[in-house]
Amino acid sequence: MNSGYAVPAVALVVVATVLVGAFGLRISRTTSDFYVASRTVGPRLNAAAISGEYLSAASFLGIAGLVLVQGPDMLWYPVGYTAGYLVLLLFVAAPLRRSGAYTLPDFAEARLASQAVRRLAGAFVVGVGWLYLLPQLQGAGLTLAVLTGAPDALGGLIVAVVVVATVAAGGMRSITFVQAFQYWLKLTALLVPALFLVLAWQGAGAPTHAFDEPATFRDRRTVDVQDTLALKLDRPLTITVTGTVDGRPREDARVTLPEGTHRIAAGTRLTFAEGTRVPATDRGTNGGMSTSLAESREERPLYATYGLILATFLGTMGLPHVVVRFYTSPHGVAARRTTVAVLALIGLFYLLPPVYGALGRLYTPELTLTGDADAAVLLLPDRVVGGVGGELLGALVAGGAFAAFLSTASGLTMAVAGVLTQDVLPSRGVRHFRLGTVLAMAVPLAASVLVGGLPVADAVGLAFAVSASSFCPLLVLGIWWRRLTPPGAAAGMLVGGGSAFCAVAATMADFPGTGNLHALLAWPALWSVPLGFLTMILVSLATASRVPPGTAAILARFHLPEELHAEVKA
Amino acid sequence: MTGFLAGLLVAVLPLLAAGFWLGRRTARPEGLGGGLGTPVEYATFETLHTASLAAPPLRAGLTEETARRSARRLRTLLGTDALCLTDHESLLVWDGVGGHHRTEIMERLAGPLESGRGEAFRLHCEVPDCPVRWAVIAPLTVDDRVHGALVACAPRESAVLVRAAGEVARWVSVQLELADLDRSRTRLIEAEIRALRAQISPHFIFNSLAVIASFVRTDPERARELLLEFADFTRYSFRRHGDFTTLADELHAIDHYLALVRARFGDRLTVTLQIAPEVLPVTLPFLCLQPLVENAVKHGLEGKTGTCHIQITAQDTGAEALVVIEDDGAGMDPVLLRSILAGETSPSGGIGLSNVDDRLRQVYGDDHGLVIETAPGAGMKITARLPKYQPGVHRTARLTTD
Repeated sequence: MNSGYAVPAVALVVVATVLVGAFGLRISRTTSDFYVASRTVGPRLNAAAISGEYLSAASFLGIAGLVLVQGPDMLWYPVGYTAGYLVLLLFVAAPLRRSGAYTLPDFAEARLASQAVRRLAGAFVVGVGWLYLLPQLQGAGLTLAVLTGAPDALGGLIVAVVVVATVAAGGMRSITFVQAFQYWLKLTALLVPALFLVLAWQGAGAPTHAFDEPATFRDRRTVDVQDTLALKLDRPLTITVTGTVDGRPREDARVTLPEGTHRIAAGTRLTFAEGTRVPATDRGTNGGMSTSLAESREERPLYATYGLILATFLGTMGLPHVVVRFYTSPHGVAARRTTVAVLALIGLFYLLPPVYGALGRLYTPELTLTGDADAAVLLLPDRVVGGVGGELLGALVAGGAFAAFLSTASGLTMAVAGVLTQDVLPSRGVRHFRLGTVLAMAVPLAASVLVGGLPVADAVGLAFAVSASSFCPLLVLGIWWRRLTPPGAAAGMLVGGGSAFCAVAATMADFPGTGNLHALLAWPALWSVPLGFLTMILVSLATASRVPPGTAAILARFHLPEELHAEVKA
Repeated sequence: MTGFLAGLLVAVLPLLAAGFWLGRRTARPEGLGGGLGTPVEYATFETLHTASLAAPPLRAGLTEETARRSARRLRTLLGTDALCLTDHESLLVWDGVGGHHRTEIMERLAGPLESGRGEAFRLHCEVPDCPVRWAVIAPLTVDDRVHGALVACAPRESAVLVRAAGEVARWVSVQLELADLDRSRTRLIEAEIRALRAQISPHFIFNSLAVIASFVRTDPERARELLLEFADFTRYSFRRHGDFTTLADELHAIDHYLALVRARFGDRLTVTLQIAPEVLPVTLPFLCLQPLVENAVKHGLEGKTGTCHIQITAQDTGAEALVVIEDDGAGMDPVLLRSILAGETSPSGGIGLSNVDDRLRQVYGDDHGLVIETAPGAGMKITARLPKYQPGVHRTARLTTD
């Protein structure tokens, strides 16, 4: 793809983010503007900031990629990502704000008055944060590789350096404005090209076979296979090949492959005729996760779908970078209003990625072969609209994608670095915060170099599963159940979150490959969340004598509106 | 293969972290390990170490919770089979074997608790192979008043145990005395807060009323506005619920205060604000920024005929809010300032600074005191770091030791 406009667009987004972050709110006011200067962040602005921080690479690129590869089943992803806020609104938002906690470990300490539970919660924040940072860096690498042909790791490295530099150099001074700006940027970057794409689609006679199984090529299309892959054919396929198929070198030869599995070596060029069905692939060693998760989904679609729904519905409340933003709301009611606004903003945004996914199935079906399905959003404008307009739209999308990586990554880095500084590193000073920032980013960066083709939406799903199994029980029971004890909370988080974490690690290590057990491990939320709740309840009941003193007062503070509580006390 | 590596990494990292943490937790302080000194010296260190471990819980006073947490260490210190701690009325904890002697011991306690003198006696027991046959009672006294007792039980009579129990009881008493001291210190600080509240205004009230009076004829509308500002400010500073407030409320109080001050000094005083909206919900001790602004106003206008500029900044730095109050006034000699903060001298108005400093240290710990940069003639810059979350700090909480 021509990168004439994309690189400046990405650079512009990076520079704008850094500048707005560093100097955005350096405006001094005199006392006559006092009420302007000391106005709290309103629900709408805060909601835009939360949405900006929340809409990550998974939302921007991943969902379209999944819809492209696997069809409308994947619409559960945007539904889940949005509905998580509904659960947050109903059960958590206002009491969490009234608890006065800034981070999740703070909440654990405020509710249970236990340093041990606090440390454990801190460990899980770091774990979830790292799991969530990983796909952001990979998404950045993918975007830059698709746009400019740069090495895969470069984009991730750029995002890592920019984020660490801005966060460590005194943080985002006006982070709320930066993140709100990023939300509108991301929405624009998807909405405007989407309008043009839909117009172009209409102009082409509005073909509607997007979800025909399997997808077909609309015109003659050449595909360069970058990594060795296995084609699974359930009927013979006629293609033109330059390169090696099934171990036999060929030069611009027309081949008819019989049914069965065929190995296509890296560097091979395949040319498909118009109307050819897009063959299914089994991507050998590279990107084990893409196929493994997809396969288990094919094998047990119902189980996988429920696992996904549970993880995203219940995992949102435990995302470290989301929780800290609620602190900006002045009181519990404002926190609830903010959540409602977030639901609207995110719901609006999530209408767009499926459009890209569906159009991707029409216009760029070969991406399922090259394994760069996540790049569909980036390639579509150029492919469908074409010309300078297409390039400009592509540049806009690329800028938006980088905004997604930067905003989510900086929010996560701040949250993880905060926990590392407070609970892991020996003292709280500024120097240690910088060290924490570097540490928070170094681990996922190293992991992203090690793990090759991890589809971003799937990786984020795993982070959600761990969060749902550890923090959801802690928050829900902590807020709604007065008999929760510190040992119960610790055991529940360890068993629920720990087992989800182990399942994630096993899935990443490609164990056990296929079968029932694999499906269980790839979609852990369905058993690990109930396990977490159950452990927390049973251990709490068994250690009933350890209910922290003052629980009744603490819960009253969580649930009573602030003004009322002040009156009761007075 | 790379997938496997990454999975391994993900699995191993938390394990490594957990191991590191456990190692640090269980590692003995340097020198206790081995190869150090004679057996006698080693035993001494061991004893001192156990004693130091038992001390922290007791520093919070004698309750069921603290007794439970310290009893096991104390029993290790004494080397007995059973140990119990009691207060006046009830047995707080029984650590070790022979728990069925609880009632018997409580019955025997009345005497020692009354007299304040220790006692050793044989236990009567129906159980044939009961492991404890004999008990030593050593009272715990604070300021010559008996607070409770330490009871050590053993299989047979032992003069060593009597002596040891007496010494340990005395050591526990010292810890309890320190706890008492902590409580008095808190009460003192609470009294100081009340004092600061009561003290906030005399001069300020007279001056404000005088200014308002001066406007009553010339500009009644302005006078009315100022009266309302005055009412708002006094309502805030005399409110009674909770010892904490939000940064937003405190800033509003400062605004009312500044409106009254500006009415008095007119153009001689300019103030600029730069406030990150993210930190406005931060909870902080009630009236701990207003005295700093009052101080800045005083220093800024002191002995100067020109104008004074005050800059108030609140920044978001992750888990903390950074509040800076800066004036370009007369400044102060750092030596004098140090003695004010140490409570040695209290010139007019100085009490505000040292009180704010004390309260911040009390609430957030010693590394969160005020940082003041100043020199004579160079203005003054006061920096306060306020954590966004601190256990026990919320809007309706009361200031306590814990």
